[in-house]
Amino acid sequence: MDLNTVEQLVPASGRASVDAFAPGDAWLAGGSGLFAAPNPSLRRLLDLHALDWPPLTATADGLEIAATCTIAQLAAYAAPTRWPALGIVRACCESLRGSFKVWHVATVGGNVCVGLPAGPMTSLTAGLAGTCRIWQPGGGDRVAAVADVVIGDGRTSLAPGELLRSITLPAAALRGRAAMRQASLTPMGRSAALLVARLDEPHGARGGGAFHLTITASVPRPRTLRFAGGVPSSAELDAAIEQALAPGDYFDDPHGTPRWRRHLTRRLARELRDELAA
Amino acid sequence: MSFRIDGDDLPATVRPRPGQCLRTFLRDQGRMGVKKGCDTGDCGACTVHVDGAPVHSCLYPAVRAAGHEVTTIMGLGAPEAPHPVQQAFLQAQGFQCGFCTAGFVMTAAGLGDGRPMGGDELARAFKSNLCRCTGYRAIRDALAGVRTVEDDVPGASVGRSLPAPAGPEIVTGRAEFTLDHAPAGLLHMALLRSPHAHARIRSIDTTAALAVPGVELVLTHEDVPGTLYSTGRHSSRLDDPDDTRILDAVVRHREQRVAAVVADSVAAAEAGVRAILVDWEVLPAVFDPEEALAPGAPLVHGEKDAAASRIADPSRNLVGEVHTVCGDPDAGFARADAIAEGTFHVQRIQHVHLETHGATAWLDRGGSRLNVRTSTQVPFLVRDELALLLGREPSTVRVFAARVGGGFGGKQELLCEDLVALAALRLHRPVRLEFSRAEQFTAATTRHPMRLRVRLGATASGDLTAMELELLSNTGAYGNHGAAVMFHACNESLGVYRCEHVRVDGQVVYTHTVPAGALRGYGLSQSIFAVESVVDDLARQLGIDPIAFRERNVVRPGDRFVAMTDEPDDVEFGSYGLDQCLALVRDALADDTGDEAPGPEWLVGEGVALGMLDAGPPGGHHADARISLEPDGGVRLAVGTAEFGNGTATVHRQIAATALGVGVDAITLVASDTAAVAHDSGAFASAGVFVAGRATWLAAQALASRLAALGQAGVAELAAAGESIVEAASFTGSPRSVGFNVHGFRVAVLPATGEVRILRSVQAADAGVVMNPAQCRAQVEGGTAQALGAALDEEVLIDGSGAVVTADLRTYNWPTMALVPPTEVRFAETHDALGPLGAKPMSEAPFNPVAPALANAIRAATGVRPTRLPMRRDRLWEALADAGVPGTGVEAGPVGAGD
Repeated sequence: MDLNTVEQLVPASGRASVDAFAPGDAWLAGGSGLFAAPNPSLRRLLDLHALDWPPLTATADGLEIAATCTIAQLAAYAAPTRWPALGIVRACCESLRGSFKVWHVATVGGNVCVGLPAGPMTSLTAGLAGTCRIWQPGGGDRVAAVADVVIGDGRTSLAPGELLRSITLPAAALRGRAAMRQASLTPMGRSAALLVARLDEPHGARGGGAFHLTITASVPRPRTLRFAGGVPSSAELDAAIEQALAPGDYFDDPHGTPRWRRHLTRRLARELRDELAA
Repeated sequence: MSFRIDGDDLPATVRPRPGQCLRTFLRDQGRMGVKKGCDTGDCGACTVHVDGAPVHSCLYPAVRAAGHEVTTIMGLGAPEAPHPVQQAFLQAQGFQCGFCTAGFVMTAAGLGDGRPMGGDELARAFKSNLCRCTGYRAIRDALAGVRTVEDDVPGASVGRSLPAPAGPEIVTGRAEFTLDHAPAGLLHMALLRSPHAHARIRSIDTTAALAVPGVELVLTHEDVPGTLYSTGRHSSRLDDPDDTRILDAVVRHREQRVAAVVADSVAAAEAGVRAILVDWEVLPAVFDPEEALAPGAPLVHGEKDAAASRIADPSRNLVGEVHTVCGDPDAGFARADAIAEGTFHVQRIQHVHLETHGATAWLDRGGSRLNVRTSTQVPFLVRDELALLLGREPSTVRVFAARVGGGFGGKQELLCEDLVALAALRLHRPVRLEFSRAEQFTAATTRHPMRLRVRLGATASGDLTAMELELLSNTGAYGNHGAAVMFHACNESLGVYRCEHVRVDGQVVYTHTVPAGALRGYGLSQSIFAVESVVDDLARQLGIDPIAFRERNVVRPGDRFVAMTDEPDDVEFGSYGLDQCLALVRDALADDTGDEAPGPEWLVGEGVALGMLDAGPPGGHHADARISLEPDGGVRLAVGTAEFGNGTATVHRQIAATALGVGVDAITLVASDTAAVAHDSGAFASAGVFVAGRATWLAAQALASRLAALGQAGVAELAAAGESIVEAASFTGSPRSVGFNVHGFRVAVLPATGEVRILRSVQAADAGVVMNPAQCRAQVEGGTAQALGAALDEEVLIDGSGAVVTADLRTYNWPTMALVPPTEVRFAETHDALGPLGAKPMSEAPFNPVAPALANAIRAATGVRPTRLPMRRDRLWEALADAGVPGTGVEAGPVGAGD
């Protein structure tokens, strides 16, 4: 939609724009978030396209995803075989409510920064232990786990002017095995629960690496449970979920009742456990 | 910054505004084929290509298109040279109203390699494309290259699957919808809406708004006529209560209009709205219909005079009520061997016609005639009420609709025409108001939410002995359609059964919520859900097959219709196909086709339900038709009814061509314009073919007789003299016939999640003589799809402050292609004695039996009776878990331990 209070759309100039960020400013990545909701407080859009960040950079440390990387670019990424955990990328992209047309513009960073519980890029990056590199006004970066950036329904820990530069998925996580499950009220609808599980190297049901379960969409912010001893039993897993999340901790919105989401969370978690135990 | 659109380089001076999206920029450049459905990136109607990649132009910053090749539906192909995808949509008629079509075509054309897709892959590719009319089958056919249109045969057009006359323009983005024109000097209106559910304006200050550059006019309740009226439109304005003011000092629901700002741009009008200061006195509000009836409840229209406003009891929030007894229901129940009873809740849903409400008003003829071009199903009724509100002679007001992008009853209202007309009269300039999708949800109309209780008794052999229906309908803050919907709900749902002992108790009440209005089925979708559910339970109690039970009890020709009265009215059995419909569904379900259940943990069941619909509204429905043979040999047909995806434009030409023995191409149709004919009650109550088509048939027959009498020489003589040969006819919509629909489902339900898979879906329809089989089939499929959304997912949710929380197409769960399975459509073979050429309506009717058939199938599969719509996965799972159905995960084991 037209953002009729916007007076300027200017190219962002990197760190200088972070320092000059003012009330009424907003970072413009793909636009699919900003242009989808009225916001009369907006005066100026700072266009991140101008920064021309390389969308995906693989290093020895892991995969750095620029905030401006589109979902289409991520979905098309030819993941190296040494990083099998990236096998869940496609399914996470398909969990976006918008179709491939929206993938052409929507960005990974934008999906995280809108802070929606059902944001599948939040699910993916939180599930793969992603860390955000954030440019701060006055210079300097801070690094925060994705799960500490998205802190509630539509809420993030980003201060005004802070700019998400990239999300790095650490190589250690990518070398593990990962699986995801998603459920929705409607076929191909918005996620009511989206869970990612990951098993660190060495793989194996017992005595292997740690097992991580990240719960999103059914709760207001990502929650990760870690089992250092490897794949837990179904009973252990369920007990841990129940200990971590009270019935009232589940998200309540038009996309599912909390009671159902709690049930789905436990059911999908068990499926993921069974898949990674196999 | 240079822009290239559809191969044209724009002049360097043409630049978008910084916050402008590509959609409006393209429309500013005349690319009116690019449509607004939602403006939030969800419906896909605005799809264009940027460097060949399909994107939603409403989300795309226009500035970013600089230096890229933008292709719209209008550049993809033209009527004389369509793109292959456009051609495919034509030959499969992959559209009805056509408002979503550009989006589907551009999405399909942007899929890349063009390799055929199917199943989930196809549904995934189109999950951001909403079609509300077709139910997607015709679109799937187009995408698969199927041809469903047939060739015309002069004189025998009726009965053939001829294409819609506007097809070539629709698939290429040339068809002009309501707002696809840009008169010189156009001004734009934006509305200040209420932040409170119930409040009084102590004062309103427009000074700052008027000072905003570009603002020309601000209208508040102090500036407009105080006449009370209703937004709901019927042939008689007395059918609805006079409870509404154009702008009121008291607001009675959140987002009610408070003031209107007119400016030279939408941006300036919006800025003006933000600058208005209102001092509110907030008043207590009531949102629940039962609480609204309780003593001491806040009153929605407490100050109104009951008689003058035609409100049953303003001191109790009671809009209308009905209490009737036929025969002796108590004796009937006493005689019953089995009694089944249930209480049901049917939710608020929105029409989601893809074209939002919108209108443009201007003056011409030296300022003496007011023109209103609007998205309406009822141009004549809007004209009449506008004339009354504005104190003008109806002859000085012209109201017309161009192509209308869907309606489903939502456009049987007067929601924006009054304000643009007032502003145009003040300013002597064209003024436009366009609803946003959010305004559609918060401030247009919805289906009436209802609580219904049904009780039925029958003998051991399966004969109904008594029927009882009690309903409480929530009409929201205004009573438009409130009473009429209540009466309709209590009529055909009961009258379809042969039972003399019937008690009806209905009430419709005000609450401080978004008003309800007319929506496909007009009350019957709610009541049929309840009645057909209890019929199913009763048959089950008696151990009788549910179809056999219905066959035993439904009306047959010669029977009286007994519901609120057993006195005869003007409804007759012009034809009867209910027996065939029941048999067709039984046979279809007995066929071993359809999908298998996905796995052994799924529970499988079958269910059926029926619906009866009178052809047209009670109290008459007027239609005029005027037909002329022009000197150039062409035939001009003028009717008042509106085409909004219902296919009447196609059928009226077929009717006229058949009467005249010519091909449909010889006939030019002019429709939905108060300047074209004297009167038409409008395109509602399923009257487009049955009533207006009858007028067309009579007029065309008269012309045929006249031409025969004149002979070839006589006709040629008049043509040479430049004279048109004109005939006209009318029909008053009475007597009426009845039509029937029966739906059957086989479903699989997964108790572990509450998911419902439809394995088989079949609807049998009694449409009389089917005028256009492909089009009629699509109406049934589209009605089924809309009803599936209403049965499973859709709900307008309202929070504790009276605010609609599902105010966009991301939170309101509309059916995508992924939800909608194929529905097999089987037609009864009947010939109606009353309808034109034997035809009966088939527009609202297919919607009505779907939800109860689905509920009955779910009941059969799970043993649990759904009593609330929608039957969402979460609520169904909760119901199954609470009932102890095995497999929900709640009964045992560690996962269920805490539930």
